[in-house]
Amino acid sequence: MITLTHYLVLSGILFSLGIVGVLRRKNLLMLFFSTEILLNAVNVGFAAVSKYYGDLSGQIFSFFIISIAASEVAVGLGLLVLWYKRSGTIDLDSLQMMKG
Amino acid sequence: MFEAIAFYTFSILVIGMFGVVVFSKNALYAMSALAGGMIFISGFFFLLGADFLGVVQIIVYTGAVMALYAFGMMFFDSAKDIKENIKYKKIIYTLSVLSAIFTIFILMAPIYSVKIEAMYPTIQNVGNIQMIGLILFTKYLVPFELAAIMLLVAMIAGIVLVKVKMEETPTNIEVARGEK
Repeated sequence: MITLTHYLVLSGILFSLGIVGVLRRKNLLMLFFSTEILLNAVNVGFAAVSKYYGDLSGQIFSFFIISIAASEVAVGLGLLVLWYKRSGTIDLDSLQMMKG
Repeated sequence: MFEAIAFYTFSILVIGMFGVVVFSKNALYAMSALAGGMIFISGFFFLLGADFLGVVQIIVYTGAVMALYAFGMMFFDSAKDIKENIKYKKIIYTLSVLSAIFTIFILMAPIYSVKIEAMYPTIQNVGNIQMIGLILFTKYLVPFELAAIMLLVAMIAGIVLVKVKMEETPTNIEVARGEK
C-alpha cells in the first residue's frame, strides 16, 4: 500500500538531488537543469497531498508552477545566450566581476 | 499491488535519470536524461489520478521546455565534456541534503500535525479534468490570467533578448547580389 509518506519521501529525495545539483554545478546550463528538478520534486509532493486529502488546490498549484517554469526557461535561456555571446563562456565563475 | 509496483519502478527510474542529470559531465546526456525523467514524473501524476497534470507535464515540459533547451544548446559547445572545478565536495553534499530534509520537514510538519480539511473537496462522478476546469475558472481565475500575462511577457523577453538586429545582418538577397 502506497501512502502519502512514500510520495513525500520521494519528493524529498528528488529535492535533495536538485539542491546537490544547484550547489555543485558550475555550468549555468546545468544549473538550469537542476532548478527544473527542484520544481518537479515540489510538483510531485503537491499532487500527492492533493490526492490524499481530496483537495484540488495542490494540483492547481502544480499547474501554476509548471507555467512559471516555462516562462523562467524562456527568459533564462535568452539571458544565457546573451551572456555567451558577450563572454564566450557559460561558466558560473565568469560572472564574478566584483573582486571582493 | 499494481500501484506499489508502478510507484517503485517509476521512483527508481526518476531518481536514476535525475542522478544522471546532476552528475553527468556531458550536457547532451544530461538533457536527454532530464527529458526522460520528466516523462517518468508524469507517470506519478497518472498514478495519483491527476490526469490533466500528467498530460500538461508531457506537453509543456518534454515538448516545450526540453525543445527550448535543445534549441538553446545549438548556441553552446555541447558536444565536449564540461570542465568544472569543484571544491569543498563534502560540505556541499552534507549541506544540501541537510537543508533539503529541513525544508521538507518545515513544510510537512503542519500537514501531519494538524487535521487538514479539504477546502475544495473533490466531487464524485466528475472527472479530474472537468473539476480542474471548474476550479480554475472560478476560484483561481485571476492567478490564471496573471499566469497568461506572465507567459506573454516571458515570450516577448525571450524574443527581444535573443534576436539579431535586422539592419546589421545582411539578408540572403543582399549577399546574393553582392551588396554586402
